[in-house]
Amino acid sequence: MRLELGKIFIKDVQFGESTKVENGTLYVNKQELIDIAMEDDRIINATIELARSGESVRIAPVKDVIEPRVKVEGEGNIFPGVISKVKTVGSGRTHALVGANIVTAGKIVGFQEGIIDMSGPGAEYTPFSKTYNVCVVVEPKEGIETHAYEEAARLAGLKIGAYVGNAGKDVEPDEVVVYETKPLLEQVAQYPNLPKVGYIHMLQSQGLLHDTYYYGVDAKEIVPTFMYPTEIMDGAIVSGNCVAPCDKVTTFHHLNNPVIEDLYKRHGKDLNFIGVILTNENVFLADKERSSDMVGKFVEFLGLDGVLITEEGYGNPDTDLMMNCKKATKAGAKVVLITDEFPGRDGKSQSLADATHEASALVSCGNGNIIVELPPMKKVIGTLDYVETMIGGYEGSLRPDGSIEAEIQIIIASTIANGYNKLTARNY
Amino acid sequence: MSKIRVVHYINNFFAGIGGEEKADIPPEIREGVVGPGMALRSALKDEAEVVATVICGDSYFGENIEEAKTELLEMIKQYEPDLFIAGPAFNAGRYGVACGTIAKAVEEELNIPVVTGMYIENPGADMFKKDLHIIETKDSAADMRKAIPKVAKLGLKLVKGEIVGPPEEEGYLVRGIRTNYFHEKRGSERGVDMLVKILNGENITTEYPMPNFDRVEPNSAIKDMSKIKVALVTSGGIVPQGNPDRIESSSATKYGIYDFSGMDSLTSDKFMTIHGGYDRAYVLENPNLVVPLDVMRDLEREGVIGELANYFVTTTGTGTSVGNAKAFGEAFSKKLVEDGVEAVILTST
Repeated sequence: MRLELGKIFIKDVQFGESTKVENGTLYVNKQELIDIAMEDDRIINATIELARSGESVRIAPVKDVIEPRVKVEGEGNIFPGVISKVKTVGSGRTHALVGANIVTAGKIVGFQEGIIDMSGPGAEYTPFSKTYNVCVVVEPKEGIETHAYEEAARLAGLKIGAYVGNAGKDVEPDEVVVYETKPLLEQVAQYPNLPKVGYIHMLQSQGLLHDTYYYGVDAKEIVPTFMYPTEIMDGAIVSGNCVAPCDKVTTFHHLNNPVIEDLYKRHGKDLNFIGVILTNENVFLADKERSSDMVGKFVEFLGLDGVLITEEGYGNPDTDLMMNCKKATKAGAKVVLITDEFPGRDGKSQSLADATHEASALVSCGNGNIIVELPPMKKVIGTLDYVETMIGGYEGSLRPDGSIEAEIQIIIASTIANGYNKLTARNY
Repeated sequence: MSKIRVVHYINNFFAGIGGEEKADIPPEIREGVVGPGMALRSALKDEAEVVATVICGDSYFGENIEEAKTELLEMIKQYEPDLFIAGPAFNAGRYGVACGTIAKAVEEELNIPVVTGMYIENPGADMFKKDLHIIETKDSAADMRKAIPKVAKLGLKLVKGEIVGPPEEEGYLVRGIRTNYFHEKRGSERGVDMLVKILNGENITTEYPMPNFDRVEPNSAIKDMSKIKVALVTSGGIVPQGNPDRIESSSATKYGIYDFSGMDSLTSDKFMTIHGGYDRAYVLENPNLVVPLDVMRDLEREGVIGELANYFVTTTGTGTSVGNAKAFGEAFSKKLVEDGVEAVILTST
């Protein structure tokens, strides 16, 4: 499977009469986007606001972030099985508006939605402070259940993402990157002397607002499966998660999975990137056993020499991470884990909820319990009403002047456990 | 600006009082510097002054820990220090433990920075490295000349509130405190680098060495529950409406004990959940899903269990550090045992 990803670099966002890209500026028609959000009768009001890198703006509570993309050539469309027909994606050509994002926000669903600061110390921790964001603030119909609200907000974000992405269809990209993984036997034969490497991608699937979808299928319901890496770049996986903000793998992060990106960089040079094993993080022990057994089976079946494993969330999924590590090792692969840490505010407790001696190579995406001071911002998109009950917040977190003291877990994707950021932790 | 006031702790040997035969001397305090304090004085330069030196015999300290600690604290307090320095103890085991113990007590009671120094194999090093900055020394006092300037430098930094660098920069023993910093490469790139190295047979350094996991062996099964008092303990965040003790929805720093005597079930008008890790919709309607008082009352009536304690213990599990969780467990277990509870049902979410 071969995908050309055309990157159109976006350097500003403005409201305009039509939704289009011109000379690196994304123009959006406000009413068109509102109309898309309002197609769902579970949403009674929607507003669109813009947030640019460096501005004194705080966005909260953020639900998802979506990079606008469009299929230019090849089968299927963006977000198959969710907002477009089910069709295997990942080949042909796709355009991405790199540097622009759709950010969904609004009244909180659970406790788990976080903050994006466009400037100041909080901006250091999130990639979305460096982008040009079209914020969609939705208001749910009174009395609807939380998961119905979550779904409505999620679909609004994805539809607007695809709509805005369409503006890049006929634009000449600034850069085209080609990613290719061949069918297994051909791929193995292409680089017979390089170690065969796979990526075990653990999808958050604890349920109760902790869900991820693969071609529209709830990841709770899947048994581990195998995926061409390029499928993810066309939106085969979307986030439906309200997991702790800091390690939420947003839909943006699925489209731009850093492990896949960095494995491709070494593909054909230091390793032979065979593909992605998708698995889940269910809460029942029997499910954990079944899924990790099957992960081990895939590692053996594909003859992988090495694997990277990432998780989404912390605590309960640490068990899945360790089980996958153990079974992949037993199946004959060298294993590197990427995750984040929660050793308490004093940094003294053990960082993960589980451990196994096979986990001898681990990359840390930082300590999520560290306290950060976020000064007030001139403008708030959404509301700060829920700061003290968000994950990472506590009584007294929000001060009358609008400044916030909280654990960095309150910031969207601050310690995201797939290695997207440069934040890490070490022993002092 | 007035000089920073320092109190220094040393043992009988370094005070020049005597060796093993004088190891039983009780605490005493002298104005100014004694023994290695002279080197300390010159390392602190003009910024700080060693106002007093406290001395205690190693055996006396070891055999009368509580008394020695109290007496020493009283003496140290009088001199109103800004900084406390103990040792260095090099490889002297009892001295190392004494330095660690008194330094920790001073830090906690007087709330001032403390620094000590030890050889890595000193038993005091393992006992206190997590709590204290311990400058790493060689195994004998011959290293005094090199150790003291590091002790002084770190002590001054701590008093002045300056940023303390990593262990290899400052010379202290790795404490195991997980501290954030921004790496030049992102995590995924480091992960791929690490895997390629392993596949090439090269050595790598993990960014998080696996801890010795604190696994608790379950007690043996209770054969007859019909005479036993049972309590409910949960990490599912069930609290009385309004969350009177303000337990956090994640990363809990406290737990609560709430009475339900006379109730047959937990009703949604009186109880709620503040847990931040799951969709609360169903539990807000029926808190018994997490604290199953309704079913426990049935079992009580049917005689399956002897009695249900008239309260439940609760906190939020999500994001709560093992350190906090362990401290909660140690504290409320005492109450449970005092109240005659012999079995606990732990519910999580």
